[in-house]
Amino acid sequence: MISPPRFFKASMTITEQILQYVLSGLVMGSSYALIALGFTIIYNGTNIINFAQGEFVVIGSLLMVTMTEVYELPMPLAFIIAVAGTALVAFALQRLAIHPLRNSNAMTLIIVTIGASIVLRGISMFIWGKDAYAMRHFSGEEPIEIFGATILPQSFWVFGITIAAVVLLQLFYRKTLMGKAMLATAVNKTAARLMGINVENVLLISFVVSGALGATAGIIIAPLNLAKYDAGVMLGLKGFCACILGGLGSSGGAIIGGILLGIIEALGAGLISSSYRDAIAFVILLLVLFVRPQGLAPLKEMMMGQEKQ
Amino acid sequence: MLKVKSVRAGYGAIRALKGVSFHVNEGEIVTLIGANGAGKSTLLNTISGLVRSTAGEILLRDKPIHKMTPAQIVRQGISQSPEGRQVFASLSVRDNLILGAYPRMRSSTRAEIAQDLEHVEQLFPILKERDRQSAGTLSGGEQQMLAIGRSLMAKPRILLLDEPTMGLAPIITAEILKTVRRLRDEEGVTIVLIEQNARAALSIADRGYVLETGRVSLEGKVEELLENSEVKRAYLGKGYKEVWE
Repeated sequence: MISPPRFFKASMTITEQILQYVLSGLVMGSSYALIALGFTIIYNGTNIINFAQGEFVVIGSLLMVTMTEVYELPMPLAFIIAVAGTALVAFALQRLAIHPLRNSNAMTLIIVTIGASIVLRGISMFIWGKDAYAMRHFSGEEPIEIFGATILPQSFWVFGITIAAVVLLQLFYRKTLMGKAMLATAVNKTAARLMGINVENVLLISFVVSGALGATAGIIIAPLNLAKYDAGVMLGLKGFCACILGGLGSSGGAIIGGILLGIIEALGAGLISSSYRDAIAFVILLLVLFVRPQGLAPLKEMMMGQEKQ
Repeated sequence: MLKVKSVRAGYGAIRALKGVSFHVNEGEIVTLIGANGAGKSTLLNTISGLVRSTAGEILLRDKPIHKMTPAQIVRQGISQSPEGRQVFASLSVRDNLILGAYPRMRSSTRAEIAQDLEHVEQLFPILKERDRQSAGTLSGGEQQMLAIGRSLMAKPRILLLDEPTMGLAPIITAEILKTVRRLRDEEGVTIVLIEQNARAALSIADRGYVLETGRVSLEGKVEELLENSEVKRAYLGKGYKEVWE
């Protein structure tokens, strides 16, 4: 899915190649991390895996393409509209599909999200057609050379915006009352209700935040990938793999899992064969589930001598 | 002040409360004692709105509250320190307390909340010391103090305490009961105390109710209950007899 290796020079040493793969892995990994964070937020609030997460990513990128290419809006404005639009879709999904079934068990709701993803994909196809859209880079397209590897300026946008999104999210959780209420709900729903926290609102906001994160992931990699109505299936599953790799329910784990997955995938695709790119994520998923189903996150807690409740 | 009239409630097919009635006067400490599974926690959770009653009514100052959401009930001035403490383990002690004030975030100013925070930390100085520590790292007794402190942050007129001494060492049990008593004596908070440890509960309460399989089987002033042979046999146990004889 990543653009052809046009930035490869004719001859690269193996170290340069590896550096190249790691760099492109970091770029994809950043978007996986954001997608995985989206999964985590909804999982922590509701105990469901939202399989429509990939659709948020696609809708974000397609909205961005429309805003910049059709309406020719400036990038920052288009970015805001695309993120807000996707957040609105997530809002509607929660209200129309999840909220009415709030007393059902998690498995039912997970299947509802799978259904929702098919519906959203259909709507996207209806609106945008089956074409893949190319998206303008945020700033120049001239590759920059670093120690023999090359990197596109867009990659810096990807890193920067990912870091900004993670920092903003942390500030939201740690500094605002709503954020704390959301954490509290994730930790202990009964106690949260006793504190007078409106758990229904928290769940709604989880979806909105998750939609915004998904859209952000889609928008920043749209110039490197192509934006297409059905790209969400794979992106969503990759984000899910990242979650499992990092440890389901842990935000730190989601970020680390996403970035690791991006790098492993790029290394595997580069050093073995690019036709295995997608298979690598699922091999990792299966390995983690067989060997270490709790993911990587509990490692950190073990080392810090802390246990989660 | 609080009247519970023939309340029935349960979880699915399980009928935990089969028509419970009791009342609490302003400024009283009322205890509900009973064995495991008697419906004590269900009763508190029904008052808090976590469990919906299927019949009967709950009145706060003659105003029905049994159809309200938990959030509305907290805002009416009834807050609960739940069984098993239920602190937000991964959040700091400070954040746990702040979240206790969540229901009155719109009605109170920052200064008022800061003042109450200080007040709670005066009541339980250990919470101030542990301020930034995550709540999950506290000892059982400290977590219990945090749970009570957190429910006080809502500025309740009625405080519901669900087994506050469960699993705690006698010395900590005594300290917590003393604080509960102080809350009533010095600040006029009305208290509903649930306990399996009947002796501890009766030592600070004014009146008590005995709950047996979803019904009130006995009620009266603490002195009367302490004299009651059935209470002695079932809830105070042999140890009590020795002291008493």
